[in-house]
Amino acid sequence: MSAKTGVGAPVLRKEDFRFITGKGQYTDDINRQDQAYAYFLRSPHAHANIKKLDISAAQKAPGVLGVLTGDDLAADKIGGLICGWMIHNKDGSPMKAGAHPALAQGKVRYVGDHVAVVIADTYAQAKDAAEKIIVDYQVLPAVVDMNKAKSAGAIHDVAPDNVVYDWHLGDKAATDAAFSKAKHVTKIDLVNNRLIPNAMEPRAAIGDFDSGTGVYTLYTTSQNPHVARLVLSAFVGIAPEHKLRVIAPDVGGGFGSKIFIYAEETVCVWASKKVGRPVKWTADRTEAFLSDAHGRDHISHAELALDDKGKILGLRVKTKANLGAYLSTFSSCVPTYLYAPLLSGQYDIPAIYAEVEGIYTTTAPVDAYRGAGRPEATFLIERIIEKAARETGSDPAMFRRKNFIKSFPHQTPVIMAYDTGNYTASLDLALEMADYKNFAKRKKDSAKNGKLRGIGFSAYIEACGIAPSAAVGSLGAGVGLWESAEIRVNPVGTVEVLTGSHSHGQGHETTFAQLVADRLGIDIDSVAVVHGDTDKVQFGMGTYGSRSGAVGMSAIVKAVDKVIAKGKKVAAYALEAAEKDIQFKDGRFSVAGTDKSLAFGEVALQAYIAHKFNGQDLEPGLKEGAFYDPTNFTFPSGVHICEVEIDPDTGTTDIVKWTAVDDFGNVINPMIVEGQVHGGIAQGVGQALLEGAHYNADGQLVTASYMDYTMPRADDLPSFDVGMTNTPCTTNPLGIKGCGEAGAIAAPPAVINAITDAVGHEDVPMPATPYAVWQACQKGARKLAAE
Amino acid sequence: MYAFNYHAPKTVRQAATLLAKNEEGKVLAGGQTLLPTMKQRLASPSALIDLNHAEGMTGIEQKGRNIVIGAMTRHVEVATSAVVKNAIPGLAALAEGIGDAAVRNRGTIGGSIANNDPAADYPSAALALNATIITNKRKITADEFFQGMFATALEEGEIIVKVSFPIPSKAAYEKFPNPASRYALVGVFVAKKGSDVRVAVTGAGSNGVFRSKECEAALASRFNAKALDGVKVAASGLNADMHASADYRAHLIPVMAKRAVEKATAK
Ligand SMILES: Cc1cc2nc3c(=O)[nH]c(=O)nc-3n(C[C@H](O)[C@H](O)[C@H](O)COP(=O)(O)OP(=O)(O)OC[C@H]3O[C@@H](n4cnc5c(N)ncnc54)[C@H](O)[C@@H]3O)c2cc1C
Repeated sequence: MSAKTGVGAPVLRKEDFRFITGKGQYTDDINRQDQAYAYFLRSPHAHANIKKLDISAAQKAPGVLGVLTGDDLAADKIGGLICGWMIHNKDGSPMKAGAHPALAQGKVRYVGDHVAVVIADTYAQAKDAAEKIIVDYQVLPAVVDMNKAKSAGAIHDVAPDNVVYDWHLGDKAATDAAFSKAKHVTKIDLVNNRLIPNAMEPRAAIGDFDSGTGVYTLYTTSQNPHVARLVLSAFVGIAPEHKLRVIAPDVGGGFGSKIFIYAEETVCVWASKKVGRPVKWTADRTEAFLSDAHGRDHISHAELALDDKGKILGLRVKTKANLGAYLSTFSSCVPTYLYAPLLSGQYDIPAIYAEVEGIYTTTAPVDAYRGAGRPEATFLIERIIEKAARETGSDPAMFRRKNFIKSFPHQTPVIMAYDTGNYTASLDLALEMADYKNFAKRKKDSAKNGKLRGIGFSAYIEACGIAPSAAVGSLGAGVGLWESAEIRVNPVGTVEVLTGSHSHGQGHETTFAQLVADRLGIDIDSVAVVHGDTDKVQFGMGTYGSRSGAVGMSAIVKAVDKVIAKGKKVAAYALEAAEKDIQFKDGRFSVAGTDKSLAFGEVALQAYIAHKFNGQDLEPGLKEGAFYDPTNFTFPSGVHICEVEIDPDTGTTDIVKWTAVDDFGNVINPMIVEGQVHGGIAQGVGQALLEGAHYNADGQLVTASYMDYTMPRADDLPSFDVGMTNTPCTTNPLGIKGCGEAGAIAAPPAVINAITDAVGHEDVPMPATPYAVWQACQKGARKLAAE
Repeated sequence: MYAFNYHAPKTVRQAATLLAKNEEGKVLAGGQTLLPTMKQRLASPSALIDLNHAEGMTGIEQKGRNIVIGAMTRHVEVATSAVVKNAIPGLAALAEGIGDAAVRNRGTIGGSIANNDPAADYPSAALALNATIITNKRKITADEFFQGMFATALEEGEIIVKVSFPIPSKAAYEKFPNPASRYALVGVFVAKKGSDVRVAVTGAGSNGVFRSKECEAALASRFNAKALDGVKVAASGLNADMHASADYRAHLIPVMAKRAVEKATAK
């Protein structure tokens, strides 16, 4: 084991050779013998009753093997898709969740909703046949505007006013009391724009029923194949778990959108038995825009109470969260338990009260998207903090510093108990890297060139490593959120690491191997990481919420420790010494105080040949498993500073400098971590400047292609200055916190704080497109003229 | 995509004959617009008559005081042509700013002009430079050619063979891209030839490319950027969508015109 590949080394990604030479095996690369193709007929209307569905002509079309509808699902007693987190209303009653059939049963609720599926020999035949399906729609009014949803007519009968839940968190009385003492109250109204995930690889699925064994296999683009199997078995009722194998091979990006269990994979796996052929579906980009779960989409009002010294007394938040037409797998918890518990940010806020209404609309379901709730919380708290600093004439850095939490552990008024942190350290480093003290001069120089310069801060916190199972269970989660690992040592000492985490861009094949090689003192090339197949890995909860490091790797460490313990027993026999005298260091088992030792691989061989010990006293073999359940969330934090220059003639915003200082605790591979930061910032800048899903009043998705939906491109982004501070997490064995979402969480308020600083008022929406910023400049000029 | 017949004529004449025979047929140039619409099943021609093998449709040459470009000439060829860069650098720069490298390697000037997308770049150059569109049947001036959104003077069965651009004394193009598609939200091509000043605007008009009388009037007496100070363009007749209001587009026209003139007059 060399220092070049150990923990903390910037090891090049092992998986990249495969990916950049086209050798990746994505779901669509897999083809099963006699495979047929599915095409989904989707609703062109946002909201309609299906009065008649005539499939007879389609059934007779060339190549067609089957045309299936919601009636067929019902006849086969296939259950609907589920939402796995129960939220309770203020009055304690459960949320109102409407049924979510995989194919429409009498009603469609958004453009892109699944009306029927055609399965044919070729994709083109399936598509041709779908044109022969006659649907008689009774069009109902679309419900697009959350503010009007309550009186708009029910989308689901169970929720007559389209309110899924009316939830709250925190102490209302204590917060009201804090506001009654306030010397200053800052108020803000914010829209957190709706985003469409756009993973590079669109979703895909192949269902393959083996009539010989009665086993279904589903190949699918999933971030968590075991959860998919659990849901499809226990709730949807496709087959019991031992008769359903789920494989998530290489997956080309997820960002949350591939956590969920969707209609298409459900239908493909079920239909493969009905038509007696493997059934493949691959989304085209339009389908991805229409039917992948979207992200964000909040409307909020917030108020911050300050005393006469600018110390925060309390925070009040009222949020409406768009959940779309159906409750996607984890949608209910995103604007509640993944959102409001983060509203304390990095600040010592004695009282917080948050109210959240989850609203049904006739739009695509909304669920977790990179950051999931935490970007929304951070945007809110960092925007109102910046505004409060401006209103009280304070320097935004000083204002934050004054209100930072400075002693740990810290219990916030909204569930979270931060174990550790050092917010001042990140702020200090960020101010230095950003050359904050010379900003005023740079602003003057820009003004000379007719440009408006602004600077914006974002001191974010996030909760990662989701999560202690008992804790999330008490909050309504339907599952536990531990992780599992298995270490299989081969007789020659090479190692397979089986993990329940799933890599779809994160680089687990490298970082997990680095960790295991480092711990076992073996070469990194002697370690293989196995994931994404329910037949290989016994169980796992998957990858999201930056949990693969903090939770997944902690499970691996636990299993590695067990392997070493067993190795010591084997070594004791082989070296004819007492077990208590065996030490393990740098890949060798040795007898203390002697020069007798065996390499890790030699002990592995001894374990398997079992010549030196009695198989009754010690089991042969070397393989250990572990489940790790965290005791707390982890709390990565940091300070990002964005500096912009705006051309008031066109409204174009140029990000001239980006400083990111993150505290992720201990880091396994700094290169991969920095890559995650870059990608996260790109997505966050995307939200702030470029991306926004837009439905028109009829519920048609206007931004259903790249002609209208602006994905960030390389030339939209500056070079990032990335710095790190390290306050190790105290609640997991590795001291790591998680880095996957930080950039996406930190970036939006940094950008908008910079733009509002530049234009001189708070009225700048996301995405701050040139058009929007030009309008803001006009308004700023009018404001200046009036003053 | 629906099924269609495919033809690969060797000459423009054969192409015209095939087009006459196939009522629902369409000519295929770079396919950058036609093929995506077919894939989305928004277009279903009965036949594609592929111009990629027809002789005499490519190439760039200077003929007297004109630059003549074959209809099948790719954007990348115009962008990198020494002849164009020398005679009309603004036209080369325009081609360089179309789409991305893949699009520029396939897309053609003839396809772009025939398509007359209201946000496409080339129509503004053709109109400002007073180009002549040469078809298999006749010559059409740019002023007559562009007739509104996706509408041109081309008749059934008519094929663009060449486009001829008179060499201006000064010309430049400035494009404010739509942030998503990077087509022109507002693109302004300014050209001066002798005392004639023409300013063509693409992306902004609800009826396709047009000449800005306001900018032309301001520049007629004095072809420099200052002449455009205070020039206002009316918002009526301009496009409004989620990316830009008519007011914003109206505001951007003189701003882009000014930047184009600055480029055109820079030494
Ligand atoms: C991703 C992307 C980005 C783009 N960005 C831009 C941009 O920024 N600016 C811009 O201006 N354009 C842009 N385009 C359009 C592109 O540059 C082409 O100009 C355009 O697609 C048409 O040219 P083509 O050669 O591909 O024509 P085709 O798609 O083959 O044909 C288009 C139409 O013109 C007809 N046609 C073609 N050639 C002739 C001819 N010689 N005579 C008569 N009719 C003919 C065809 O029948 C068809 O109806 C973009 C395209 C894509 C795919």
